[in-house]
Amino acid sequence: MSSESDRPPAPWSAALYSAVEGLGATLVAAVENLGGLAELLVEVLRWTVRRPFRVNNILAQLDFVGVGSVFIVGLTGIFSGMVFAHQSWRAFEMFNAESLVGPTVSLTITRELAPVFSALMVTMRAGSAMCTELGTMRVTEQVDALETMAVNPIQYLLVPRVIAGAMMLPLLVMVFDLAGLGGGYFVAVTVKGLSAGTFLTRTQQWLDPEDLVEGLIKGTVFGLYVALVACFRGYNATGGAKGVGQATTQAMVSSALGIFVLDYLVGVLLH
Amino acid sequence: MTTPKRSDAPPMIDIVDLYKAFGDNQVLTGVNLQVPEGSTCVILGGSGSGKTVLMKHMIGLLKPDRGQVIVDREDIVGFGATELERVRRKFGMVFQAAALFDSMTVFENVAFPLREHRGKLSEDEMREIVRGKLGIVGLKGVEEKFPADLSGGMRKRVGLARAIVLDPKIVLYDEPTTGLDPITTDYVDEMILDAKRQLGVTSVVISHDVASAFKVADNIAFLYQGLIVDQGPPETLRGSQQPAVKLFLQTWFGKN
Repeated sequence: MSSESDRPPAPWSAALYSAVEGLGATLVAAVENLGGLAELLVEVLRWTVRRPFRVNNILAQLDFVGVGSVFIVGLTGIFSGMVFAHQSWRAFEMFNAESLVGPTVSLTITRELAPVFSALMVTMRAGSAMCTELGTMRVTEQVDALETMAVNPIQYLLVPRVIAGAMMLPLLVMVFDLAGLGGGYFVAVTVKGLSAGTFLTRTQQWLDPEDLVEGLIKGTVFGLYVALVACFRGYNATGGAKGVGQATTQAMVSSALGIFVLDYLVGVLLH
Repeated sequence: MTTPKRSDAPPMIDIVDLYKAFGDNQVLTGVNLQVPEGSTCVILGGSGSGKTVLMKHMIGLLKPDRGQVIVDREDIVGFGATELERVRRKFGMVFQAAALFDSMTVFENVAFPLREHRGKLSEDEMREIVRGKLGIVGLKGVEEKFPADLSGGMRKRVGLARAIVLDPKIVLYDEPTTGLDPITTDYVDEMILDAKRQLGVTSVVISHDVASAFKVADNIAFLYQGLIVDQGPPETLRGSQQPAVKLFLQTWFGKN
């Protein structure tokens, strides 16, 4: 007869094992990825300060990441401001405090919504393109080709993209701020009939330069992170078209999640 | 195993006792190979025999676990990024799928190494050089096309034009005839021979295409399970008694 140990494990224990195993593997992968990201950041910084400075490549990326995203970031900003004004109006209306709509909208937008939403839009629009482009270049040996032609691929391809992310996202945050306030103003003043003077004075009273700066700092951090993740995944893609697809999915997921984690961390650090 | 006699002139590429493993997978287990200046050496072997890994060592894309890689009298194994960049300018490499930059035109692709390393040339001088190199590979009037608009064979020729644009001493070919039809294969073989005749370059070709290897090679080295099991001129290698070589050559020449 079979002994105790020969018996197949109960189904629940197998499920438990695989759950713990899965969790462990996820954690290991996460730590490995963070290590890889940090390593890449150091490499990128090292090659940023080395000659030759690739001004044309940097300008092209600034244009792509920044100028190219103005429209969607602005549009997202306008609607975020409008929605926020609309909803907060309904709440403040209950106790006759409609004049606080301006400050509410402006504080939420400058501190949180502008950096987070702009970063998400840039991830979707520019991050995905960066990741697929670099991934395709990797799997079709274009990255190797650069290297054999004595051109450092990190300097040629990655440095301009990371610079563009870190420099343009704070500027896009400003665009979002303006558009969002504009949207809030439109709903509160034009649609709901609050006086323009009240909206502006109240906003001015509550909104400090620090709030704007907080948004800009977050924007810089998110921009650096989002571009770095896209570059990391794309640059290390393997396995043909499928591999590039997987790399892009991973880049999008870890960028989006990372934005929220970083938003909390930076927020705590700043206060 | 026959080892070719070392001539007095030092070889352009000299691989000495090279070992490389990826994790537990031993890919190269003591490779020795000399490529004399101006000759064409074909490294023949099946899939997974370590051909590409060996070639990547020659141009410093991979670092060996042990052994020497001597290129033009310099051991490049310990070289840092800056020194490697200098060494890499002696090389041109033709990739299996050409690896042209698909965001650039043919002209920009071929001119790319010039812009990077001969920045002082004027635009006209660059055009002149690019036109000349495209002429060597038999292409005319394609400068403004994009790689996506070219056939596989044409892309490969543009890849060679880009590889030779800085007048390298050594040209590496990574499976140049894989995936091509017989006529294009023939054309690519001619292109390799032409490059050698017209430019006097040292060439290293990795391939599993026996016919093409016998056509272009001065020397063939047969790589099997991480070792060069036999090497020599094509006619000598054909009579090889090494079982792995015999088996491989039978696929082309038949059992007799």
